[in-house]
This record gives sequence, C-alpha cells and structure tokens, in this order.
Amino acid sequence: MSEHQITKEATQEQLLYANILEKGMLIGLIIMFITFALYVLGIVKPVIPLEQVSSYWAQPVHEYLEAINNNFLHMDHPPTGWAWVALIGKGDFLNFLPIAILSGVTIVCYLAIVPGLFARNDKAMGIITLATAVILSLAASGILAVGH
Amino acid sequence: MMLKKMFGKVGGIYVFLLCSLTLSPVWALASEVSAASPVPVVDGADWWKWPVILLVVTFIMGIIAVLGGVGGGVLFVPIISGFFPFHLDFVRGTGLLVALSGALAAGPGLLKANLASLRLALPVALIASTMAIVGAMVGLALPTHIVQLCLGGTILGIVAIMLTAKKSEVPEVPQADNLSSALRICGIYTEASTNQEINWKVHRTPAGLFSFIIIGFMAGMFGLGAGWANVPVLNLMMGAPLKISVATSKFLLSITDTSAAWIYVNKGCVIPMMVVPSLIGIMLGSFVGVRLLKIAKPTFIRWMVIAILGFAGLKALHKGLTASGIL
Repeated sequence: MSEHQITKEATQEQLLYANILEKGMLIGLIIMFITFALYVLGIVKPVIPLEQVSSYWAQPVHEYLEAINNNFLHMDHPPTGWAWVALIGKGDFLNFLPIAILSGVTIVCYLAIVPGLFARNDKAMGIITLATAVILSLAASGILAVGH
Repeated sequence: MMLKKMFGKVGGIYVFLLCSLTLSPVWALASEVSAASPVPVVDGADWWKWPVILLVVTFIMGIIAVLGGVGGGVLFVPIISGFFPFHLDFVRGTGLLVALSGALAAGPGLLKANLASLRLALPVALIASTMAIVGAMVGLALPTHIVQLCLGGTILGIVAIMLTAKKSEVPEVPQADNLSSALRICGIYTEASTNQEINWKVHRTPAGLFSFIIIGFMAGMFGLGAGWANVPVLNLMMGAPLKISVATSKFLLSITDTSAAWIYVNKGCVIPMMVVPSLIGIMLGSFVGVRLLKIAKPTFIRWMVIAILGFAGLKALHKGLTASGIL
C-alpha cells in the first residue's frame, strides 16, 4: 500500500513526465529559432517567396492551400496532413518540424508514464493515460482532419 | 513618495500598453486593408512589416497576459483576428500554438514543484482533449462568419466570468466523492507564504468532468487557451486549492491544446511567418511581464484585460454580423 502513499513530493510519473516535457520543449524551441532564421534569411529557399506570403494569409485555409498548390507546388492534392515532410527541404515547410516537435512531445510523455502506472497496479490511471495517448496520436495522424 | 512615483510610472506603462493594443493606427490600416480587399496590399519589399508588427503586439500581449493572470491564447485570438488582416483559420491555429507553447514552458516547473497535479489533470485531459478535437473539426467546418459571431459571444462571456467569478484559496471539501477517491485525486502541498502543509482532495468530480466537455470543445473551436474556464471549475466546483487549480490548469493546456493544434496543423492552418513571430513575441513579453509583476497593481491590470477583451469581443461580434449581412 506504501506505493500509493500521498507525499509532498511529486510522484515518479510526474517527474518523468516533467523531464521529458522540458527536454522536448527546449529542443522544439531551439530548432524553431534555427529553422526560422534559415527561412527569413533566405538560406533555405521557401515554396512561397517571402515577399508574396502576405498575399495569401487573408484567405480561408482551403483557398490558401489550393492557391499555393496551383501557383507553386503543382501536387496532386494541396499539402495537408503530413505532406509537409516531403517539402522539408523548403524554408517555410522546414518550420513545421519544430511545430510538430512542440505538438508531439506530450504524446511521448504520455507513452512514457504508462508502463510505470501499470507496474504500480494503478490500472484506472493507466487506462486513462493510454486512452488519451491513443486520442492524441489519432489527432496527430491526420486521420481526423476533415471539414470544409 | 518614492512608491507613489513608481506606481505612477507603472501606471503610465499600463496606459501606454492599453493604448498600443487598442488605439494604434495599425488597427485602422488593418481594418481598411481587410475591408477594401480580401488580400492585404503590402509592397513586396515590405513583406517583413506585418511579422514585425505581430512581434511587437504579441510582446505587449505577453506582458499583459502575465500581469493580468490570463493565458496568451485568450488575448491573441480576439485581438489578432479583430485587428489584423490574417484569416481566422490561421489566427486560431496560431492561437493554439501560442497557448500550447506557454503551457509547455510552464508545465515542467509546475509538475516538479508538485503544484500541478498529474493525477488531477489526467482524467480531465482525456475529456478536454477529446472534445478539443471535436471543437476544432466543427470550427473548421463552419463558415467563418458563424465562428466569428460565436467567438465574439464567447469572449464577452469570458469577460462576464472574469467580472463575476470568485476564488477560494483553499475551498472547503468535507468529503471526497467516490470517483476522485477511486482515482486517488488528492495531494499535499506547502503554502510558501505561511509554511503550512495543506492536504487537499476534490469533490463533485463527475460534474467537473462534464464541464470539461464544454471547455474542451470551446478551446478547440476558437483556438483559445481555456485557463479562464479551467480555474473556476477546478477551484470552485471541484474544490482544488487555488494554487493547485491555476498550476494544473496551465499544465492541462499543454494536453488540450496539443490535440486541437494537431487538427489545425494537419488542415494546413499554419503559416510560419505568423506562428514564429507570435511565439517569440509572447515568450519575450512573458519574461518582461514576470519582472514587472513585482511592482504591478493586479486590480488595475485585471480591469485593463477585461476592457481589452470586451473591446475585442465586440469587434469580433461586429465583424461576424457584418459578414452575415445583418449590419
């Protein structure tokens, strides 16, 4: 029963979660600064020329995606979901990498604490954590991105 | 006398910030631009102007958010969608990433200090993040003017909550309910000001979890962080101490906003030229805000945040009604 004792200190899972979150956040932020510098300084050429970006951001997202596909990308479909991975060599789409890291670190934290929860026979919290990890992964997968 | 002088100076800064956010000629330009043409007229060589303006405004917003005790997202979406030429789809996507980054930055420290409770957050996050996905999908499927109208109504609702909601440092919880007992949602923390150890537990857990269906949905639909709703539910409804509620709410945003942010990212609602200056601006503003906090007058700032949000809410309503052809 001692494993379920309430203490002033953060639990093992809480500390593990905090450490992974901290590292992921720092890595994401550092990469964001680097990729944005590569983009705005023109070191990595973007899909949409810098001087034309402002011509697109007032449009609804589906019109924006159609327009950049027709004008620059000429792909079979506008770049939604994980299509940015194929365009990572372009300055603007390179910036999706840190955004994906910042948006994905929580899923890693969740998956990391699940084994510990089950090992300590904390089944209810284990199931809740696993279910949330599945839901977050589904959101990240792009399967749920519908609309318009 | 010196204190008076200092408060006078700080007051001056607030008035400047308020004016900067609401009366700047930038807004006139933005409104003119969006009214005249759906595509803002910016000279090719001046492409950097809007990102720089965004950086400056989000920097000011970051200061005000810290001083006013609100999240960056709740200020970002109504102000940027109301006064900048960016489409609401991109503003909501960026707003979620702004709120998410703030929560990611604060989360590890709050968890390590045992102020944010993982056990309290996990069940709440399951419901809130699921509903944030639904909200994001609904928000992206609805016509923009409907979302704009609902956003205006929601922001004015948040103003009403801020005006009326009370807080309780350590609410009286006579007995933990069955669900929170089964999930062992409880803890101990040391109140630094009194050095007193506080044993806390929660009650009305089913009702609290039910509230997060609505909160998660709204967070996803409008791209708002949901601290304005999380804290009253955790503190007043479920009976968690105020400090635990505020810290857990901030950490909770890192989960709720993750789920909604993925929907917006996968739909393509991310323009790096908007996202990165906004994140940098908010982060730098938050650092300055934390330093100003020591000499700040919380009541004054709170009123200022309420005024800004009220104005931005009315602007969103006006835009929605105009786009609907009602005005």
